This record gives sequence, structure tokens and C-alpha cells, in this order.
Amino acid sequence: MLSFIARRLGLLIPTFFGVTLLTFALIRMIPGDPVEVMMGERRVDPAMHAEALHRLGLDKPLYTQYFDYIGNLAQGDLGESLRTRESVWHEFTTLFPATLELSLAALLFAGTLGLIAGVIAALKRGSLFDHGVMGISLAGYSMPIFWWGLLLIMFFSVWLGWTPVSGRIDLLYDIEPRTGFMLIDTLLSDEEGAFVSALRHLILPAVVLGTIPLAVIARMTRSAMLEVLREDYVRTARAKGLSPARVVFIHGLRNALIPVLTVFGLQIGALLAGAVLTETIFSWPGIGKWLIESIGARDYPVVQNGILLIACLVILVNFIVDILYGLANPRIRHQR
Amino acid sequence: MPKPSLLLLTSLLLAALPLAAPAMADDKNSLVVCTEASPEGFDLVQYTAATTADATAETLFERLVRFIPGTTELAPALAESWEVGADGLTYTFHLRHGVKFHHTEWFTPSRELNADDVLWSFQRQLDPQHPWHDKAVRGFPYAQSMGMAELIERIEALDAYTVRFTLKHAEAPFLANLAMGFSSIYSAEYADQLLAAGKPGQLNKLPIGTGPFVFDRYAKDAQVRFHANAGYWDGAPAIQKLLFAITPDPNVRIQQLKAGACQIALYPRPTDIAALKADSNIKIQSLDSLLTAYIAINTGHAPLDNVRVRQALNMAFDKSAYLRAQYGEGGASPAVAPYPPTLWGHDSQMLGWPHDPKRARQLLIESGHGDDLKLSIWTRPGGGPTNPNPGIGAQMLQADLAAIGIDSDIRVFEWGELIKRAKRGEHDLIFMGWAGDNGDPDNFLTPNLSCAAAKSGENMSGWCDEHFDALITEARRVSSRPQRIALYREALSVFHDEAPWIPLAFPKQFTALRNDVQGFVQSPMGSNNFARVSRTP
Repeated sequence: MLSFIARRLGLLIPTFFGVTLLTFALIRMIPGDPVEVMMGERRVDPAMHAEALHRLGLDKPLYTQYFDYIGNLAQGDLGESLRTRESVWHEFTTLFPATLELSLAALLFAGTLGLIAGVIAALKRGSLFDHGVMGISLAGYSMPIFWWGLLLIMFFSVWLGWTPVSGRIDLLYDIEPRTGFMLIDTLLSDEEGAFVSALRHLILPAVVLGTIPLAVIARMTRSAMLEVLREDYVRTARAKGLSPARVVFIHGLRNALIPVLTVFGLQIGALLAGAVLTETIFSWPGIGKWLIESIGARDYPVVQNGILLIACLVILVNFIVDILYGLANPRIRHQR
Repeated sequence: MPKPSLLLLTSLLLAALPLAAPAMADDKNSLVVCTEASPEGFDLVQYTAATTADATAETLFERLVRFIPGTTELAPALAESWEVGADGLTYTFHLRHGVKFHHTEWFTPSRELNADDVLWSFQRQLDPQHPWHDKAVRGFPYAQSMGMAELIERIEALDAYTVRFTLKHAEAPFLANLAMGFSSIYSAEYADQLLAAGKPGQLNKLPIGTGPFVFDRYAKDAQVRFHANAGYWDGAPAIQKLLFAITPDPNVRIQQLKAGACQIALYPRPTDIAALKADSNIKIQSLDSLLTAYIAINTGHAPLDNVRVRQALNMAFDKSAYLRAQYGEGGASPAVAPYPPTLWGHDSQMLGWPHDPKRARQLLIESGHGDDLKLSIWTRPGGGPTNPNPGIGAQMLQADLAAIGIDSDIRVFEWGELIKRAKRGEHDLIFMGWAGDNGDPDNFLTPNLSCAAAKSGENMSGWCDEHFDALITEARRVSSRPQRIALYREALSVFHDEAPWIPLAFPKQFTALRNDVQGFVQSPMGSNNFARVSRTP
């Protein structure tokens, strides 16, 4: 297990440098520079343009800029946003809890419902429920997030008035951001009703963001369960007279979980990608919206380091998932 | 085991909460405004976006002069009165006494506003030796693009409450420039304290001004919170709490307004107005704003240097169909000049080129380009107030050009790239827009149509007409309004005949409000001020 972890950790180094090079190059390959975008139609003569680029340190040769960037990274300095002059790390840590809170809620929604629906569909294979779950999950997977989000807002928020339209909490609550997690911050505050308000605001975005992972997890769980339920050891367990719940959950689901866990890990990347759209629809102040705006403004430090931080996160989650495989299935641990 | 469907389960989950917790009671002393973007920062002189100006210039800061709400006329603000020298070179301002800077957790002012604050606010932007000049890493884009450093010879304090600006040459729009956001007056005392404490960056995060609202907190990309300035010299605002809810999607802004989560939704799309009017809880305010949409014809590319070809293009395009498709019924008026008729100096007798494809075709043949003309039409991917649906607009132009025998291809570039290439003059025809921000015709003409702007690339038609240039330069130098109007009318006539643009539309500006909101006045400059807004109980 230790050598497995060491090998995985070793792979992180080239991945890390690959990501820095890729983001550094890609954002600069997008046409237009920060000064052009900043000035828009307004007058920027060549002298003003050159002076502004110099002030921003963007007049240096590209390789110098890259090595400066790596040098700063080595010292833990992620630089400052060209737009807001705020440190990238500060902006990331301010906004990331919102994205994390939303992603966890979405994952909880997708994981719980996806596992339950997948297991039931597998047990009732060929039934109306099975067809229903498969049909709905296909629709969920194919649904454009933007459209789905607006549809839910129209239905639940505008027509029924059950959920708020957007944001993280009713605006009249003045919640001091202590942890950045609104659910926790509202509990820490003395504002009555704030927690419930935050929870209500979380529901629709979490459902929208969790829809695709839910569809994937439900389908994956169903097919993995179908595989496992055909195995000899399940038949043996049944023959031994174990209760159906024990057969399904201990002998069946635990073994079916391995491919599901892989999908779970991969969904983290999908969730962060989906967060970009979900955050825009629901005016959710997270890193998705932050990155989109920064790309538009050619805010090089934010884009480079924001993507780097997200990449590190995805790598880390997948690393943890790899280790969880071992815990879920001792055969994998022993093979490695 | 039950057989719940996912949708049913979801619905049950959603249904569980609202019954337990109704939304927070609506507080009539507060106003929530759904706006489209986050402020870039709070040191507004470093920024140019309108959303930044709304969260700073219209709430926290003030200037020596201000626009009378809903008009482009000027009125005293931090300066009670002023005199302009006979030669138009000196402007002497007498500051208002008793104006207090905001008292906050991070700053306690020890004195009222005086001439030092005015000097600090301008010299910081104009004087490269000023200790704060290099603290703005982004520079001062507005002041720089308006050429303020080249215009102002010096600024001096004659006494604690009198400030004199001396210009290098007479410039009639100068006073209007002083009403613009970048001319806001900051507290020199606060700045000194920040510099002494080694915290200059705080100026961009924790602002101090003299305006009707005091800054409370900014939650990035979520909300900006203000409270009323009880000691405001012009009377405290009726609203105690002002909140900007940052809601980028226009559909969501509308839904928030319908749900009552915000009381004002800024920048609704013109195409949504009809549906909004049908809602009995919502009212719509509209105003002919200082916006212009046009197609610049690159006169640097042959045969677009031929005036007959340019006139043919003007007659080929069906502007009324374009207006209906882009802005909906009543969403904009057709443009015949570079600036809208609401601005003084407009010529109401001026008629645009008629839609006449036959005559256009004839002109094209006469110019010797009946069969061989191929043009590029440039536009951007995403819409904005001056061009809500760029793709449709470009296709309509393409079809109309084809009808008179011009072959064209549409090139779509992302905004930054579009501007960069257009400033280099790579396009033939380009869809552009302009928002006036100081209520002076010069604000439209010099940046977009002067010879200097043709050189810098800002004049996207690259058109440099000596007569036109002389007229607008003269109009900038003289201070008499009737004289200026006469000069602008003559310049507009040259513009019409020379046809460097296809003027398209003067879009209306809309604001959607809940019925209980009173006292909101739209500004033709597109800014949004809430100092006089109240809510009926």
C-alpha cells in the first residue's frame, strides 16, 4: 500500500508542472490582452498600452514570465488579480467554500439518491421502476444544465414559491463570513431563521448540479449491482439463508461499490465543471463564476492559479478515491 | 419497498422546507437591487465598468458638480458655485462647507471636506510624482482616455475652500468631465493614514467618501451592503439599508424581482419588457439613454473610401427591420446621427438615408463596383445593450448587402480580439456601440470620429475629414451653448453626407421595479442612483 501511495504521489509532480505550463500557455493563446479588455472601446494609444503592460509585468518575454510564475509558486505566492488587486489565494479561499458547500450538497443528493435508485432498479430489473429510473437518468444526463436550472427556478421558485430564486441566503440577513460555509456561518450567527434560509437556498442549485452525477451514479450502481447479484457468492449467501437486506447491502452493494467509487471520483471534475454554469444561473458566488469572469478579463494570475488549484483538488480527490478502492476491496490492496 | 420516482422524491424534499420557514419579512427600510456584475473594486478611478460606478460613484463618492437626476444638465454638488474665466482657461470652485466624510470602523475623519481632498483626488491621477500615482497598478484608464493630463495645466488651492483648475486650452466639456465618476473626491486624510500604515491597498477595499451611502461589506460576487449616511449634507436617504445582489443572468434577475427578493432589477433585456409589463406587481421605467449603435465603415479599405459606396451601404440596410428584430417594438429609435436626439446639439431636421436598395445598387454601379465587391462583416459573439443579438444583426446586414450585389462574410471574434483587430483597421464593416457618459456631444464625436481617434484606432471607421474635425475642435473650444449647437449641426451635416457609419439605433434603457418603489430616476448616462428612493409601506 505504501509503495502504491508513493507511486501515485510521484505521478503528481509531472502532472502539476503540466498543468502550470498548460494554463500559462492557454490563457495567453486566447486573443486579446488584459489592457485591451480593460479599456474596451476607449482610447488606448500604443504608449499607454505599453505602459500598462509594463506596470502589470506583462511586457517581459514569455519564458521569463513563466519562470517568475514558477518561482513565485515555489514560494507559495499565487500572485494578485490584475483586476481586483486582491491576492489570488485570498480570493480562492473566500469563494471556494461556497463551491465546496454546493458540490458536497450536490454529491450528497446524487450519491444518496443515485445509490438507492440504482440498487432498487437492479433488484427490480425490467420493472416499471427500472425503466423509469433508466429513462429519467438518461434524460438527466442529457439535460443542458442551464436549461434545467431555469426550468426548476420557474417551477419551484416562481410558480410554487417554495424555494428562493438565487443567492446563498435571503439578502436581508447580514451573516459574517467566518468559515465561508453558509450553513455553518448561519449556525454561528445569532440571526433567527438564517440557517433554514441558507438551506432553502442550497436545494435547487444542489439538485441542478447533482443531476448529471445522479444519473451517472444511478446507472453505474444498477449495472454493477446486476453484475454482482449474478455472482456465486451472492447465490451462496442467499442459500445460507441470510436476510435479503444483508445479501443486497453487505454482499452485493459493497462489491458493486468499486466501479461506483471510480465514477464518484470522476464526478468531482464534472461537478466543478458543472459548478461554472450552476453558479452563474443561481448567482452562487463560487470559483466557477470567478474563473469565467477572469477568463473574460484575461486576468492571467487568477486563471492560471485558479485552474491549478482546482486541478490539484481533482488530483487529490482521485488519489483519495484510489486509496478508498483498497479499503473497499482488499483484493486490490493485496494485488498492489 | 415503495416505488418513488426521482422527481417525486425531489418534490417532497423541496416541499418540506418552505412550510417550516417563510422567507424573511420584507423590510421597507431596505432596498435590494439586482445588478448584473460585481464591482471590480472600490477605488473607482482605476476602473471603467458601469457596475463598478454604480457601487461607488453613485453611492459612496461625490464630485464637485453633478448631473441633475434624469438629465445631462449640471448642478452644484461638493462645489457650491464656480466661475469660468473669460478665456475659458480657468475654473474656480467654491467648496461646500460642512461636508463630512464617512465615519466607519476603519476611519474616523478629523475634519470636513476641504481643498486638500480635491487636490489629492486629481493630482494622484495626473502627477506621476504623486506618492499615490504608482499605487494604482491598473493606472487611471478613464482619466487617461479622456486626456485629462494633457488638458490640465495645474490645480491649486486658493484657500481651504477654493480650488482653481487652469487648463492648457479652452475645453467646453471640461465641467461635464468633472461630474464623471473618475472625478470623485476622496479623503486625503484617509489616504495619508493608509500610506503611513503601509496599507495603500485598503483604499480599493474599504472606501471612504462623502456620498449618501456608507460602505458596510462586500461579499465577493454575492452582494455589496451599504447603510444610509445619516449626516449626508443633502439630506439622509429614505432607505436605511441598500443591498446590491449580484445576479449576472438577466432571466434570474427578473425571477428575483417577480419573487420579491429584489425591488429593482437593472438591465432587463428589451425583449423581456412586454412580459414584465404584464405582471401587475412590476412597473417598467424607460428612458432614451445616451447609447448609440452603429456599423463603422472602414474608410481605409478601398472601395469604402468612396463616399458613394458608403452611401449605397447606408441605403441598402433595412434599419426598421433590424430595430424590430433586435430591440422589440418600442425598444429603440432609429439612429440618423452619432448621438441621440435627447442630447443638445442634435439636428431635428436631419433625416437619415432612406432604405432604397434600387438607388443603392445604382450608386454601387456608378462607383464602378457593381459586381466585384466583397466585404467582411465583423461582430462579437455575446450581446450587449447596443447590440442585443449580434449574430442576427450581422445576418440581416449580409442579406441586405446581397440584395444589392455585395458578397460578404461574417466574422465573429471574442470581444477583446475584436477590439484589438478593429483598432488595427482589419475589418470592412463592424457592429459597434457607444455609451455617452458626460452629456456632451463631444463625448460621442471626438472619441469616435475625430482625426486623432482615427490615428489611435478608436475611430473604427478610420474616417478623418478635416472640415468635420475643425468643426468639432472649434465646438470644444467655445463655451457659448448656441455657438456650439450651430457648430455641431454643421458637423452632423458633414457626417451625414460622408456616411462613415451606418447609424443603427438609439436603444432605450429599461429598469424594472416592484410597484412599491418610489423616487427612482433613470439617468441618461446609464448610472443608477438610489439616494432619493423610498418604498411605500
